[in-house]
Parts: sequence; C-alpha cells; structure tokens
Amino acid sequence: MIVALINQIPVPKDIPLPLPLPEWLLVAILIFSFLLHILFINLIIGGSILTFWYEIKGKKNKDFDTLAREIAATITVNKSLAIVLGVAPLLSINVLYTIYFYSANALTGNIWISIVPWVAVAFLLFYLHKYSWDRLADNKPVHLGILGIGIFSFLLIPFIFLTNINLMLFPEKWGEVKGFFDALTLPNVFPRYFHFITASMAITGLFLAWWFGRKGFDAGSVFRTLSKNWIKKQMLSITLVATGMQFIFGPLLFLTLPSQGISWSLFWVIIAGVTLAVILLVQLWKLINDEGPLTGRRFYAVLGLFAVLVAFMGTGRHIYRENALKTHKQMMAERTAAHWEAVRLAHENLLFPQETAEEGTDAMGQNLFQTNCAVCHAASTRLVGPPMAEIAPLYKNNLEQLKQWIKEPGRKRMDYPAMAGFAHFSDVQLTEVAEYMLQEQWNN
Amino acid sequence: MDFPLFHLDFMGNRMLVAVIAIIHVLINHALAVGFMPLVTLMEFRGYVKSKSNPGEGREWDEMARKLLFIAFIITTTAGALTGVGIWFAASLANPASLGSLIRVFYFAWFTEWIVFVLEVIFIMVYFLTWKKASESGRNKKRHILFGVWLSIFSWLTMAIIVAILGFMMDPGSWAEQKSLFSGFTNPLYLPQLIFRTPVAMMMAGTVALMISAYVLKKNNPWKPKILQHISFWILLWMPLAAAGAFLYYWHIPRAMIGNLPVALGTQQFQDWYSSLVIVALVVTAIGFTIGILGTIAPRRLPKHLLVIPVIASLVFLGTFERLREFIRKPYVIGEYMYANGLLVEEYPLYQQTGILKHTPYSAVSEITDENKIVAGEAVFTIACSRCHTTHGISSVVRKFERMYASREPLDTEAMKTYMKAMHNVRHYMPPFPGNDAELDALAAFVAHQQKRPRKLDGPQLRGVDVKDIEYEFQNSAK
Repeated sequence: MIVALINQIPVPKDIPLPLPLPEWLLVAILIFSFLLHILFINLIIGGSILTFWYEIKGKKNKDFDTLAREIAATITVNKSLAIVLGVAPLLSINVLYTIYFYSANALTGNIWISIVPWVAVAFLLFYLHKYSWDRLADNKPVHLGILGIGIFSFLLIPFIFLTNINLMLFPEKWGEVKGFFDALTLPNVFPRYFHFITASMAITGLFLAWWFGRKGFDAGSVFRTLSKNWIKKQMLSITLVATGMQFIFGPLLFLTLPSQGISWSLFWVIIAGVTLAVILLVQLWKLINDEGPLTGRRFYAVLGLFAVLVAFMGTGRHIYRENALKTHKQMMAERTAAHWEAVRLAHENLLFPQETAEEGTDAMGQNLFQTNCAVCHAASTRLVGPPMAEIAPLYKNNLEQLKQWIKEPGRKRMDYPAMAGFAHFSDVQLTEVAEYMLQEQWNN
Repeated sequence: MDFPLFHLDFMGNRMLVAVIAIIHVLINHALAVGFMPLVTLMEFRGYVKSKSNPGEGREWDEMARKLLFIAFIITTTAGALTGVGIWFAASLANPASLGSLIRVFYFAWFTEWIVFVLEVIFIMVYFLTWKKASESGRNKKRHILFGVWLSIFSWLTMAIIVAILGFMMDPGSWAEQKSLFSGFTNPLYLPQLIFRTPVAMMMAGTVALMISAYVLKKNNPWKPKILQHISFWILLWMPLAAAGAFLYYWHIPRAMIGNLPVALGTQQFQDWYSSLVIVALVVTAIGFTIGILGTIAPRRLPKHLLVIPVIASLVFLGTFERLREFIRKPYVIGEYMYANGLLVEEYPLYQQTGILKHTPYSAVSEITDENKIVAGEAVFTIACSRCHTTHGISSVVRKFERMYASREPLDTEAMKTYMKAMHNVRHYMPPFPGNDAELDALAAFVAHQQKRPRKLDGPQLRGVDVKDIEYEFQNSAK
C-alpha cells in the first residue's frame, strides 16, 4: 500500500463507466472524423479570406468579383458540412477525455458557450453576404463590411477551441488560470493558431484549384478574361506559399510545446511529416508549371501526399496528447480505484464502525417525526409550517383525523405553503407518528 | 466534485441549458420536422396544378421555395448551432451527467449523427437544386422525392432523440440495461412521439401561415387559396395534436410511479400538471379558430394577428418540455445520479466522511470556525449550484425566506433540520450529500449570504482552488 501525495495537480476521479468501444477504435474515429471536420473548417476560413480578397480586386475588374462570388457559394455549403461533421469528433473527445475536456470547458465556460451564438451569427452574416450580392452591388463598402465581420469572427473563434484543447492537456495549470484570457496566453496557443490558419490557406488553394479545374466548370461562360489555367496557377500558388510558410510555423509550434508530451515516437512521426512536406512542395511546383488540365496523375499524387501528411500530423497531435496526459491518467485511475474501494467500505459501514452503534432506538413514531415532520415543524416556533404546540391541541383525542390530514393534507392557512402529503406511509407508520405527536409535550 | 463547476450566479446553469434547448426544439419542430412535409406538399400541389394552370402552379412553387429558403437559413445556422449548443451547455451545467450519458449512448448519438448528416445533405440538395429542377418535369418529380426523403430523415432525427430523452426519465432501465433499446420501449416513448409529431406539423403550419400572409402580395390572385391550404393543414393536425397532448398528459404520472412515488402529492408538480390542461385547452382553441377561419374564409385572416398561434404553439411545447424536466428530479439519470451530479452509490461514503475531502477543487478538507463560510461556499458549489444560485434565479436565500415566510435573519438550526431530511418531504430534492459539519457550514453560508449578499463567481471568472488529495491505493490484486 502506497500513500501518494500530489502537489497542486488536481486529481479527480474518472467516470465509473466503461468506454463504449475499445479505446483504439475510439481514437481512430476521433482522429479521422476530426480531420474531416477540420478540412471543411479550413475551407470556410480560407474561402472567406479569398472571397474578401477577390471581391476587393473585383472593384476594378468585374471578373474578380465573379470569382469571389463563385468562391462565396462554396462557403455556405462547406460550413454546413463542417458543423455536422464536427459532431462525431465532439462525441469522441467527450467520451475519451471526459474529465480533461469538460474541465477545460468549465474553466473558460463563458467564452466557450459564446461559440454557439457567435458562430450562428457569423453564419447568418455569410448568408446575408451571399444573398445580397446583387442588391448591394453599388454599395461595396457595406457588402464587404458584412463579410469582414464574418471573417473577423471566423478568425477569432479558432482561438476558443485551441485554448480549450490546449488547456485540457495541462491539469497542473487548472488551478492557475483565471478565465479564458489567462488560458489563452498559455504557451503554444498562438503558434498552433498560425499553423492552423496557414494550413487553411493551403487546403483552400488546393480545393479551389480542383473546384475551378473540374471538367463540368466552363470558365469561358463565367469569366470574360480569366482562364482555367490562370485560376489553377493562382490557387496552387497559394497552396505552395502557405505550405512553405509551415516550415516557419511548424518548428515554432514544435519548439513551444511543453516538453512533457514530447517523445521519440512523436519526433519520428513529425520528421516523417516534414519529409513528406518537402516532397509535396517539389510536386506542387511541378504541378503549377505543368501546362494543360489540372486533374492528371500528378494532381492525384499531390492530393494523396496531402492526405498522408495530414494523417501524420493528426497522429502526431494525438501522440503528444497521450504523452502529456499519461501520468495524470494513471494517477486518476489509481485515485478512482481507491475511491470505489472506500465507497465499498462505506456501504459495509466499515469506515466508522463505532458510529453505527448509535442506532437501534425503537421509537418508530419519533424517528418518523424527526426525519419527516421536523423538516417543517418545530416545537414552538413557526418554520415552514406552524409549530407543534399549536397543532397538537387541535387534534386532541382525534387520532384518525390527524392521520387523515398527514396522509392527504388540504390547505387551511393561506399564509403558509401547502403541506406535502404522506400517502406512501403505511397505516402503522401513520398511527405511530400521529400518536407520537399527540403524546409529546411541545410547550417546553 | 470531479470537475471545476461552471456557475452562472444570476441566470443559473439550468436556465442556460433551457434557453438553448428550447430554441433548438422550437426550430427543430416548427422549421424542420413539421415544415419539410408541408413544403414538399406545397411543391407537389404546385406541380400538379402547373399541368392545368402554369401560372398558379408557379405561384405555389415559388411560395414553397420561399418558405424553404427561410427554413434553410434558420435551421442551418441557429438550428444547427443550438443543437451543438445543448451539448456545450449541458456539459457545463452538469459535466458528470453528460459524461456518463455519452458513454452509454455513444451508439445512439452516433446513429443520430449519421441520420443528421444525411438530413443536412438532403436539405442542401433539396434547396440548392430547386431552381434547376423546375426546368423539366422529370427533374421536378425527382426533386419532390428528395423533399419526401428530407421529411423522413427530419422526423427520424427526432424519433431517435426522443428515445434518449425517454431513457433519461425512466428510472429502471439505466440500472438494469444501460442500452438504447430500453429507450424505445420506455413507457413514455410512444406518447411523446405521438404528441410531438402532430404538434410539429401544427407549429410548422402556424409559422408557414404567418410567413405566407406577409410574403404574398395582396393582389396575388392565388393568395387566398394558398392561405386556405395551410390553414387546412393546421386544422387537420389540430385534433391529433390535442389527442397526443392528452395521451402524453395521461401517461406522465403513470410513468413516474417508479421514481417519484408521491410526486403527485407535491404542490409544485400539481401546479405544473394542472397548468398543462389550461395551456392545452387555450392553444387548441386558438389553433381551431385560426384553422377554421382560414379554411372557410382565408381572406378574413387577420395578417398581424397570425403571430398569436405561432406564440401559442411555442408555449404549448415549452410547457411540456418544462414538465418533462421536472419529473426527472431528484435524479438527473434515474436512480443512478442525483441532479447534483453525485452518484447514488457514492452517497454513503460522502455522508460518512464529508464531500470536501473528496474534491480536488476546494482548498478546504477539515472545517474549522475560521473557514466555515468558505467551506460552506464549497459545499454549496458541489451540492446545490447545479440548480440553485445565491441570489438569482432559483435563489437559495429566497427559497428559505419564502418557506419561512419572513425576511428575518434565517435560523441556521431550522435550515439544518430542513436540509438534512428535505428529500423525505420535497421529493424533487436530492438528499444532502455531506456530513454534519458540512451541513452546518452550508447553513452558515446561506445565512451569511442573506446578511451580506455577494455574487458567487464561477471558475470561468475566478479560477478554481486546487488542493492536494491524499489517497490510498492497492495494487490491482485486490
């Protein structure tokens, strides 16, 4: 038997119910569904920024306005998918990291819950922007303003998620943070953020290159001057530059990670990811300089590389999380086990054997009175109900009527709350308690 | 106990959940479950009519599309977000309970999620292809079929979630089976579904009627016919909604017998229960009036008063939701977990040793005269704050003042006697979980709060205290 003393790290007990699926399967679902969710989140953020950019450019060249509008049309669809696809990872993280996730949520609760109205309003702004395009064609500042507020929201909301997901990894900080803004300034939130926003641009560039490069899209009938090839080059260049910038944000993120979660396996996974990223950059460069349609062998190779790269990074993220929480999880499991052992002892009255001897009084009426009636009735003062000294004389020699009242009370005194009935008392119980009430001396 | 406990000291945590949940249910029932069949039906009418009279057909089609547009915008923003919001809010208000429910209902929610994904895909296809589908008759037919599928899936999402709700109210099934199947066989499942389905249809009708009355121009020759059609829709579902309400109403006390043997005797429940009848009668009367008026004389429908049936039907549903919440007490999960998030099974331990020793989120372990108020505050946070505030909604101070019918300084001894056995006479209250010293501290805290009111900030504003916990553990051999 070991006695463990933990220093300022909260060690709560875990939920005493088994996981609904084997842990590895839940982890797989979590990583996969999260990446799917974040893919569409990336597309909303990147797409809205590009819409804004091209709409401004569209003031001079109408084609860019059309391009912006085409991109905007994808956002409102992607955002619906992003939301529904967010439910599965939310479910999974709730199950796998119940204690950690909920604790972090509670510590930043007011800002956390503000996600709900905030995202709803941001989405409404995107609809407003999309459906007021013609009506506000002559009033671009307002039209761009609507979009601007929407983008501003979308740029801030990731901070809330990142802060929470970061805070949950560090139980030793839970006693220190005082609200959201404290948690926001924990190391690593900002590097994560830039890593994420840059990724959004990269993914969106790739998506839009495909979207405008697809066979069914007839650039000639939509644009006056822009060609498919130009759009492809433009979009892939965004991907290239953004992916290149990750070579700054990636190391920054890695170096600011608190060391407790870093292990060799994490290191190798990340190195593998970086290697892939280098190959990816080369292939992207070649793809940009390829003439002709986009969707050839090289394009699918790039897509595949991206998928594997993202899978590596998603896995790395999970390895870090597991490493960071490993010790704490173990402590929590030990405490939970100790707790349930104590619960068992309590059920068997083994914790304080001396105290159990107190019982054994056979005054049933008195017991019933103490645990039920005394809640509202005192001897000579008014509590919730009138004092016993006032009630008892009313029923002198009238046991049956008193029993009846206790069983199904009416309401006589309008300045008191109505009494609860005791229909679940047996006749013996009613008799005992009523007799006790009538025999007891209430006036002293 | 095992989580920092988010706390809103004015509105209360439950109100936060209630606001988000009610908005969600209203949007879900009025603009999805009931609305999609109505829109599809109107589109179909337009399609049929366009064969004999293209002009009229176009008007019907256009009105249906506009209704769908509004539903599309609202359901994919506020509707979707409040759906996720219920989770967010519930996990803040009672993390232990949501954490437990998710472990047991993972598959149910996962299924719900898949149906939900399909629903979203259907609504996007249905809405975004509307204009294109009007180009040919064959496409139109297929489009209408999409509407039918969308209606089915909207209904299915509700049918699954009702099972989960039913399960949470059913005391026996959690302890014995812990499976979703018992959610479907729950005695309240069918009554709830039979109630919700026609009410959703009726609500959708009232909303559609109001919108159409405003959107359609006065000189539109087909306006009366369209309004008449929607009124008839309301009239058609009205008796079913009333019957469903009665069925549900009738089943509630019978289904409760398991967990609240004498709940019928408590005044609060009685008040709620009888208010249901009045609400149901008034709403039904309003619904019938509007339905009959609109069906017989659509031109006479008072445009600006059409908001009344919408509000009435919202109140109708809201009252039932409130009651459903009420009958769950004192548990949050029937006979397994009390509303304060503590397990029934853990109670003996806590009552013998006190709760504060077991939480890492309070600086206090042993109560002394110096730390009594601080300790009382911690006890309040663990044992009461999931439902009560200090001075806001469901204020603990006001509750006592009202009970003793006085604003005199509260008598700590009386409060202690009350809290120690309140569960015997106030059946919706869980038993006090701690030991006598904690009860004493809690009473002192309440009395102190009455004398010197001071807002109790939650950890989202002031952080949490953390203490070392000493625990013993054996190796798994035991």
